[in-house]
Formats: sequence, C-alpha cells, structure tokens
Amino acid sequence: MAETQVKMPQMGESIFEGTVTKWLKKKGDKVQRDEPLFEISTDKIDTEIPSPASGVLQDILVKEGQTVQINTTVAIIGDGAAKPAEGKPETQEPPPAQAKQQPSRPSGPPPVAGPAPTTGGEKDEAEEGEHEHIRSSPLVRRIAKEHGIDLASLSGKGTGTNGRVTKRDILSYIEPGAPAAPPLKPVGTPKEAPPAPPASPPMKFTGEVERVPMTAMRKAIAEHMIMSRRTSAHVTTLFEVDCSRILKAKEKQQAEFERSGVKLTVTPFFVQAAATALKRFPLVNSSLEGDTIVYKQAINIGIAVNLEWGLIVPVIKHADERNLFGLAKAINDLGERARNKKLTPEDVKDGTFTITNPGQYGGLIGTPIINQPQVAIMGMGGIKKRAVVIDDAIAIRPIIMLSLSFDHRVIDGATADQFMAEVQKELENWPV
Amino acid sequence: MPLTTYVEAIRQGIWEEMEKDERVFVLGEDVGIYGGAFKVTAGMLERFGEWRIIDTPISESGIVGAAIGAALMGMRPIAEMQFADFISCAFDQITNFAAKCRYRWGAGVPIVVRGPSGGGVHGGPFHSQNPEMYYVHTPGLKVVCPATAYDAKGLIKAAIRDPDPVIYFEHKFLYRRIKEELPADDFIVPIGKAAIRRTGSDMTVVTYGAMVHAALEAAKELEREGIDLEILDLRSLLPFDKQAVLDSVRKTNKVILLHEDTRIGGFAGELAAIISEEAFEYLDGPIRRITAPDTPVPYSPPLEEFFLPKASDVIRVARELYAY
Repeated sequence: MAETQVKMPQMGESIFEGTVTKWLKKKGDKVQRDEPLFEISTDKIDTEIPSPASGVLQDILVKEGQTVQINTTVAIIGDGAAKPAEGKPETQEPPPAQAKQQPSRPSGPPPVAGPAPTTGGEKDEAEEGEHEHIRSSPLVRRIAKEHGIDLASLSGKGTGTNGRVTKRDILSYIEPGAPAAPPLKPVGTPKEAPPAPPASPPMKFTGEVERVPMTAMRKAIAEHMIMSRRTSAHVTTLFEVDCSRILKAKEKQQAEFERSGVKLTVTPFFVQAAATALKRFPLVNSSLEGDTIVYKQAINIGIAVNLEWGLIVPVIKHADERNLFGLAKAINDLGERARNKKLTPEDVKDGTFTITNPGQYGGLIGTPIINQPQVAIMGMGGIKKRAVVIDDAIAIRPIIMLSLSFDHRVIDGATADQFMAEVQKELENWPV
Repeated sequence: MPLTTYVEAIRQGIWEEMEKDERVFVLGEDVGIYGGAFKVTAGMLERFGEWRIIDTPISESGIVGAAIGAALMGMRPIAEMQFADFISCAFDQITNFAAKCRYRWGAGVPIVVRGPSGGGVHGGPFHSQNPEMYYVHTPGLKVVCPATAYDAKGLIKAAIRDPDPVIYFEHKFLYRRIKEELPADDFIVPIGKAAIRRTGSDMTVVTYGAMVHAALEAAKELEREGIDLEILDLRSLLPFDKQAVLDSVRKTNKVILLHEDTRIGGFAGELAAIISEEAFEYLDGPIRRITAPDTPVPYSPPLEEFFLPKASDVIRVARELYAY
C-alpha cells in the first residue's frame, strides 16, 4: 500500500506550529508531486506547500483555519486510480490507520487486509529534508531567529565539528563580506613546529599610526549601535515636508519666546508633530520584549545632542503634554545641560521615541539607527528652499526631508508611512 | 622604579595601612620575631612593636576568635593563617561567628584572615590546598584571590578597610615569581571587580589566582594559531563580578572556566550555571571547565605536575572549543 502522509512542515528553526489557511485541492482530487496542495501561515511566512507525492488527496485531516504543531499529519495522499510518472503499483487504500503516524515507507509485514508491499519504496526527499538535523548552537539559533533565517539553508555549510553551523558561519551567511572561519592550524606537536604566522592576519593599516583608546562613551555608543543593528530589522522611509508654515510660526513667536529666555528653533515643532502622531500610532511608541509588544503610556521623546566628545540623547518626558513653549524650553535646557555635562541619569532614561538631526551641517538626510529598545527614530534633514510643483505651478518652498528608521519586526511599512504622513500633515498645516 | 614582588606587595599594603590607622594590627603564628613563615610581616615587629604584631600559639581557632573579639571592640585585626590549609581549624569562628554577626545583631566584624594557598611548590596535601569554596559558600563573608602584585596590594588594603570579614587567599606560588612596578600613591582594588587581563575575540577564559598566568601563557601560544583568547581575572570570588563575566561571554560566545581548585563544587560550576541561566542564547559552544581532579594534592612532584591545571590544558581545550 502506498499512501503518503502530508505533514505540517517546519518553516524555520524557531517555528513550532503552522495554520492551514487554504486547501488548494479537494478531497478526492488528483494531485501531482510538487503541485501546490495547501497554503499555510506561520510566525515567519505565509506560503504554498507542494504535494510531497503524486496520487489522490484521500483525506484532509486539518481543516482551513486550524493551527497544528509541526510534523502533524494534515492530509493523506493515496494512490487512487491513476498512477502517473512514478509507476508505483496501484492499490486500493485501506482507511488510514488510527493514531499511528507511520510514514508510508515499506516496513515490516503489511496489514493482514492490505495488498502486497510495494517494491518501489524510494525515500521521499521532502520528508528527508524536514527530518535533517542541523547542528548549531544556542547563539546561532538566536541569530537565525533574529534575522528570519531558516537554518536548513545553511545545511552542509557548517565549518564546526561534525558540520556544526557556527557563529562565523551564520555571520558570514548574513554578511558575505564578514571574514570566514580561519582554518585551524593542524595541531599535534606545536612546540616543535616552526612558529606559524596567525592563520588569518588581522586587517590592519601598516603605516604610521597613533593609537587612542576609545572613551567609555565612545565604547557605549559603539556597542549600542551594533546591538541595535543586530536586534532590529531596520527599514528607513523618507518624506519631504514643506516648512513654510512652521517657519512663519517660528518667526512670529520667536521674539515672544526670547523675552522669556527661551530660544526657539524648528526642533520643537517636529517634536510636537511627532508626539501628536505617536498618540495616533502607539505601535511606533512601543518596544518588543520577546514575543510581546509593549505599548507605553507615556510619550517620552529623546533628542540626539551632538557633543564635541560624542553623542547623548536626553529625553523630554511626556512630550505630548507640553505646548510649543514647554518643548522649546525643555530642549534648550536639556541641550545646555548635555553640553555642560550636567545631565542626570534620569534625563536620559525611559525614552520611547527619538529624533535626531542629521541635517544640521547641511546633509540632505540620514538613515539613523534605532535607539534600543525603541522601535523607531526620526531623522531631520536640512531645510532648504527648493523649487516644487504646486497646482502645476513652480513655487519656491523651504523643504525638509524627514526619515523614519523603524523596526520591521514590529512596524510594517504602511504603519510607518501613515505615521510619517501624520507628522507631515501636522507640520504643513501648522496654525499661524 | 623598582619591581615589587607579590609577597612584598602584600607586606607593603599591610605596612601602609598600619602606618595610617592605629587600629590595624597583625596576629598569627611566627608573625613577630620570625617575620612570618613567608616573611610577609618581616620588619614589622621592629617598626610597630609587640602590641601590634602579636605572636600567637598554634591555634587558628584562637587566632580568629581573638581577632573577632578585637574587631567587635573597634580594632582592625589581620589574622594570618600560616598556610590556608589550616584555616579549617578556624572554620566555626569564621562561618558561624564572623560571617553572621552583622546578620544577627548588626555588628560588623572588620577582620582580614590571610591564607597562603595553592600548589606548585611541592607542599603535599596539607600545604597546597585551595580552600576558597568553603567560604564562598558562606553568606556574610568576602573572599578575594589576587593574581598580580598590584592586586595583592590593592586588595589587602581594601580588605583591611572593609567593614566586614574578608578572607584573603594569597597564592604562594606567585609570592616571588611575579613582580611588577607599582604606583607610589595610595591605591586600592575594589572588592568584587574583575579585570580583563587580555582582550580577545574567540573565547573567554574566566579564572583567578595563579591560573591567570597559566591562561596568559596559553594565550601567547594560541595566538600563533590564530586563536584569540580573552582572559578575565575575577580577583574577588565573593562577591564576584557577574556583569564582567556575562559581558565577556556575550562578546566572545565561548567560555572556558579555569581554576586550580578541584572540580566538584568548584567556582567553575557556579559560573557555568549562571552563564547558562543568563547568557544561554549567546553561547556558540559548550561551557568548558579546566580544574584540578577531585583528589587531594599529591606530594610526588610528577603527580603534582599532573594534578595542577596548566597552560597545555588550556591550549588543548581552547583548540577543541575553537573547532567546535
């Protein structure tokens, strides 16, 4: 008897269950091997699953919408009447054995009622693939999960003992430029061997240099940036915003603000616009803890402040509860204290969103790195007068380019763009 | 600047604290006229007199008991165990009394118990042991194990100034074998802070005491094969610098835990548990231990050589772990 159990496949190392979203064949339909049989949805992807064998879809065991563990039998493919291509002997299928999850390979004596065992019992390749065990390590599995990599794609590429996929293997898979594992020097009697040069000479500049140790701040920034790149799936979206109205508002209010000792720049306008948009799109104000999205009640906006000796991000707490004057005052105060090294730990804590200003030296725009554990960061380019087309006429407008780098694990492009459209709307319709 | 040996660094540290604080005094077997079995207190009797450098009978329990009493009366005693092996005679005084006073009635016991520990000097089973774990397992104590002359001095000074009982294990193999230039100013090494002795990228060796030097020797050899070790010297075992261990493991993703103490119940086991609890997903290979085997320290020199972990053990395990 030749019947094939169709299994819920494992679509990635960290995936343990899947949902059948659609059956593409009905019970009793003929199906060819590799023909799309059903559609599934998992934590990682939605995809069509090809039939592992040719035959007749004899039984569907998992209905549409049902979620089951990987390797659960979801359907049975029997021989049916027609037996194309594979030339297996035709047989009449007995009802599938209850509970037993025995694959259809010829093994042991056949059931009493069944016909003679098939002779064409070649192994099913698809099933083989699923059962192949990829040796790795906890670190490798975590990196794979974070980058959405199916470890099966590294099968046979492991350079560790017994073909184990090592840290270097997966890192060079992610970033092909990364140095591959240097081959280990043959060991044995190293003392007698002539001194070998290092297996992989470090890439170093050979001319005259001055070596300066990194400051603690520099190290912290370096670590945080790399950690963020590793943690989040960074995507950046760009928006152009007409600044006519906010510049007008700024001009109007500047003198009044200055009388109270507060310098008004354009930054508070962007903070206020972002705060309003964050209220509408709380996902942008969230963070990710394991499998849980954490929405924060407060909207605390960090402002990246460039210092001669590095960079720091003081935080305006409850930015949504402040008016323009309050924001301007807070930005003045934090900026000044940042430059005078007067910030307290409290001042740089609990940010939920960050704004940075890559345009302050004339840059068009930058694509910032997310300030972990936040999920988005907005960059402000330089404001420059540009010729723009409005109602089919060319006009001169002060334009800024804004960027939003967001964590695609949590935020999809549509949400990010809607959020930015909201920021744009706020800024372009600023009451003057 | 002259080079200062490890043993001289301890002596300087005690001397400086005694000059500065008249509550500090030393008691122990042969510490006075003889200057201490290892000459740690040489010259002190002449300088500080018999009220501050006190020769005692052979009774570790009595020495530590007297030190505790003096500490409760406001003094800062340093009790010398001639060999750390005999600290077990004072076990009850240390673990049931000194360690628990602050918990029972809020009275700190600012004593330092010094114990020359460790093998490699053909001392046999009673003069070579590493008894640190009895005390690491006792809440209320602090336990330090310096590996360099700088730390020997900085930690003895920190221990003397500490308001709680500190067990200070000085490795006698290092006494006159290592030396370095020490700063002239009054420095301490904070208890509970580890030090990175070598930065590297392929794996971390977490160790302390004399084994720091075995690891450094191994690192030199392994460097030629392209294996880059990071070496973390714990310096203090109780409290120990958990963050430094986790940070380093998270960076290199592989770890060797190395100590001269025997295996079962050694500090490596505790570290392995913490690393797997808190940094499991950063591991790219099994946590490896290199320790002495679970036997008494052999007297026979070839057997002792076999018993003690050494650079060649680190090299062998590092190669295996690198290829893993």
